[in-house]
Amino acid sequence: MYRVYHRIERIAGNVITVQATGVGYRELAQVTSRRGTSLAQVIRIEGGRVDLQVFAGSRGVATDSQVRFLGHTMRVPFSQSLLGRVFTGSGLPRDGGPAIHENPIEIGGPSVNPAKRIIPRHMVRTGIPMIDVFNTLVESQKLPIFSVAGEPYNPLLARIALQAEVDLIILGGMGLKHDDYLFFRDTLEREGALSRSILFIHTAADPVVECLLVPDVCLAVAEQFALQNQRVLVLLTDMTNFSDALKEIAITMEQIPSNRGYPGDLYSQLAARYEKAVDFDTAGSITILAVTTMPGDDVTHPVPDNTGYITEGQFYLRNGRIEPFGSLSRLKQLVNARTREDHRTIMNTMIQLYAGYKETLEKQAMGFRMSDWDRKLLKYGRLFEEKMMDLRVNIPLEPALDLGWRILAECFDPEETAIPTKLIEKFWPKTAVTAAG
Amino acid sequence: MSNNVGKVVGVSGNLLIVEFEKPVVQNEVAYAVLGDVRLKSEVIRVRGHYAELQVFEDTTGLREGDRVEFTGELLSAELGPGLLTQVFDGLQNPLPKLAEKCGFFLQRGTYLDPLPRDRAWAFTPVAKPGQTVEAGDTLGTVPEGIFRHRIMVPFALAGEWAVEEIAPAGEYPIEHPVARLRGADGATQTVTMVQRWPVKIPIRAYAERLRPTDPLTTQIRIIDTLFPVARGGTYCIPGPFGAGKTVLQQLTSRYADVDIVIVAACGERAGEVVETLREFPELIDPRTGRSLMERTLIICNTSSMPVAAREASVYTAITIAEYYRQMALNVLLLADSTSRWAQALREMSGRLEEIPGEEAFPAYLESVIAAFYERAGLVRLRDGGVGSVTIGGTVSPAGGNFEEPVTQSTLKVVGAFHGLSRERSDQRRYPAIHPLESWSKYEGVVPAEQVAVARDILQRGNDVNQMMKVVGEEGTSIEDFILYLKAEFFDAVYLQQDAYHPVDAATPPDRQRYVFERLARILRTAMKFETKDAARRFFQRLTQLVKDWNRIERSAPEFAEIERRIEAMVSEVTEYV
Ligand SMILES: Nc1ncnc2c1ncn2[C@@H]1O[C@H](COP(=O)(O)OP(=O)(O)O)[C@@H](O)[C@H]1O
Ligand SMILES: [Mg+2]
Repeated sequence: MYRVYHRIERIAGNVITVQATGVGYRELAQVTSRRGTSLAQVIRIEGGRVDLQVFAGSRGVATDSQVRFLGHTMRVPFSQSLLGRVFTGSGLPRDGGPAIHENPIEIGGPSVNPAKRIIPRHMVRTGIPMIDVFNTLVESQKLPIFSVAGEPYNPLLARIALQAEVDLIILGGMGLKHDDYLFFRDTLEREGALSRSILFIHTAADPVVECLLVPDVCLAVAEQFALQNQRVLVLLTDMTNFSDALKEIAITMEQIPSNRGYPGDLYSQLAARYEKAVDFDTAGSITILAVTTMPGDDVTHPVPDNTGYITEGQFYLRNGRIEPFGSLSRLKQLVNARTREDHRTIMNTMIQLYAGYKETLEKQAMGFRMSDWDRKLLKYGRLFEEKMMDLRVNIPLEPALDLGWRILAECFDPEETAIPTKLIEKFWPKTAVTAAG
Repeated sequence: MSNNVGKVVGVSGNLLIVEFEKPVVQNEVAYAVLGDVRLKSEVIRVRGHYAELQVFEDTTGLREGDRVEFTGELLSAELGPGLLTQVFDGLQNPLPKLAEKCGFFLQRGTYLDPLPRDRAWAFTPVAKPGQTVEAGDTLGTVPEGIFRHRIMVPFALAGEWAVEEIAPAGEYPIEHPVARLRGADGATQTVTMVQRWPVKIPIRAYAERLRPTDPLTTQIRIIDTLFPVARGGTYCIPGPFGAGKTVLQQLTSRYADVDIVIVAACGERAGEVVETLREFPELIDPRTGRSLMERTLIICNTSSMPVAAREASVYTAITIAEYYRQMALNVLLLADSTSRWAQALREMSGRLEEIPGEEAFPAYLESVIAAFYERAGLVRLRDGGVGSVTIGGTVSPAGGNFEEPVTQSTLKVVGAFHGLSRERSDQRRYPAIHPLESWSKYEGVVPAEQVAVARDILQRGNDVNQMMKVVGEEGTSIEDFILYLKAEFFDAVYLQQDAYHPVDAATPPDRQRYVFERLARILRTAMKFETKDAARRFFQRLTQLVKDWNRIERSAPEFAEIERRIEAMVSEVTEYV
């Protein structure tokens, strides 16, 4: 029944071309060469020729290698026995455990009907004031961490995952350093979370094309669990590697690049993945936290730029801190009206004053005289960075809000803050206790 | 079943190459047959015996040799009563009905009737037998929610027609004949309550186009006062991600003073549409006392939905807008984001291997954008009534840089530019419309000479601020410093507006005029302070007080009370000469 071909006409990059008929667009094939067997996927059909991207790469593929079409698209098994296991991007065991074949599901399925989505309404508590107070994370949100190499983005990802109250964690590694993979695995294990986790790991040493499968595989499995009423958290690191793999294929296929070599459909490709985040009407949810490293620390680079247009905000991780400027949770207003009445005001006021502090810093650097107001801002900015921004701070939302009031009271008179008079009357600390208290 | 068929010879993404024999029509709709589903497509290029088709669906599984059926019809929208309150995808599939049929996920190849066939409408005839009519003339009306929906002579009927027969008042489903017309050549035509119109062709069944002059108020102060929009005009909102484009559009969809709002969610987040979809039915429109949904229609082709349908979605939206304009209604079309539609054009152009222009956008991008915005307008209908379509589109420039092709092409054709600034949104100065770079060619709700005072202060305050960065506060005169503080004050209490505060979120035009008049007076007041610190403290307190004022209902007793306190504060520092 399977159609087998032996004549490969063209090998370029990781794409091979065969003469074949009756092949479906995006169908899967097995390519067997002296080096072994790899899966490959149809990416173009034209005039009797079929282009396939070979997941394990084309190295070692011979013109007479065997290409066997499988009659279906890429699938991944779905069952409870995935829990606690580690797989490659193609779904093969990576942990020495048995292969799983049960219940194969197709990846990259259709998108959710918007009419079946509901407005997200549950805050995800992280214990990190820069998130909980200023950019609240919400269940079903899709949110990347924008960062650069060397920053602790993976530990931050792991920390949020462990503190979040979710039923299931799915980790997708793309071009992950082997050490980082072990870090995730060991951390999940140490915290007793591995048994509710599934890992699909593509490391920097693995074939590039396999990287492309990771998000789809993770999200297809996540979707099935979410339909079974589970709250799933998907961690994807690093989506820039995924985008670079897309770029590589596009260039091989001689597509006209739109921006710095990336294909014109980068936005749609990324959106197809991120939009899998969902809160289902009458079922579970998928929350996506991703890492996007910014080449050259440049947020206008096509990968972070397109990502920012798709995701529901972003956390900027810089110098080991989540930066208040640029960081954004677009869903925060869906939950922060119901946390505590002063939440939004503290959030806005503290950031506006911190912006003032930054301006004063510039003035100071220029050698200008500091006014009384400047001195207040300087004191405020330092306290804010030390007591709130430091990632070591780990306190729940409510004490964090109280801390905010104490910092403000320590530095300013109430009317200097532009906080509504009603809230001042209720929350402004009567005696200025020290913020350290 | 169609008798013009072809067969697939190539598949690349959502582009099909199809071999055909009988004539095909550029832009006609065709269906690619995949097992028992038919995938809607559009012919976009013809070369020899090969037609290239963009498929509005995922093409996974299509093979060489698969059958393609040509329909001979251009991509069209279905027009009739029952459009309002609906949520369609880009091809006018009703999404809630689709969910009932297919469950959680969209299913390719499933096309449902946009308008319900079984619902009956109370028809009242207007035209009389014997009367001569033309395309767009009213034959009768049916009540659709709060509107009198006109059943019109189909726009596709050319020339003059005589009404031979008209249905008596009664309840009919949309496909029931309501009139029979006879043309000059003797041909007869039966008219129902539903008609189809090709989405890429403007509806022109009106007497003349007029120049847009009346403001379309949004209750957003910086827009209505500084950068107004006109009924029948066009405007764009470019801005980097997170600067507030979508929030602005959502606010506008709620508060804009128009009859009908059409929201075209084009290639952006599904979650944002869900907010509108779920909240509007619960919100009461103060203008009508009815649910906001009754005046709203959503076309939703979000980023993970098929890319080619993004382009269709903005055309479907504008066609429906023009249809309601023909009923002498004011329609506002909000498109978020036009860049996604431009990107869809770019993806397709790339697949067609056309010679790319700047940033790989096709060379015809500019004319396509211009033609789209040209479909906005204020028109006088043949019966003397006036209707309008206003278009507001967001633009999502790559890297937030306005020097890119979509922003530049759009700026050439719109009447107002609301440029969002990253700097302002970082500072949480919402709405982040840049007060010095934005512009509008329309007239606003506040007299122009008053606005000029504020503009002048903003400009000069900004100059002082720039200068202070060089010479420091100590090198700035107290007069200049006060100017700077006044500009910051006006920015904080008038230009900035809290979208999430029940009162501050929307300022009706009369309140804008009232508040602005008082603020302009403060801006003009000569003030005296001993020190710069004293000046700063004064403006901090004044800012807080005016912000409190903004948060109070105009009818509340505290409104006048705070106003008195503001005046008292200002008189204390006034320098009398
Ligand atoms: N007018 C506003 N008032 C308060 N917050 C706003 C306002 N506009 C935007 N924001 C904040 O900025 C976020 C991003 O706005 P959004 O309109 O989604 O940006 P864009 O569409 O430009 O990417 C919102 O989720 C909200 O937190
Ligand atoms: Mg937006």
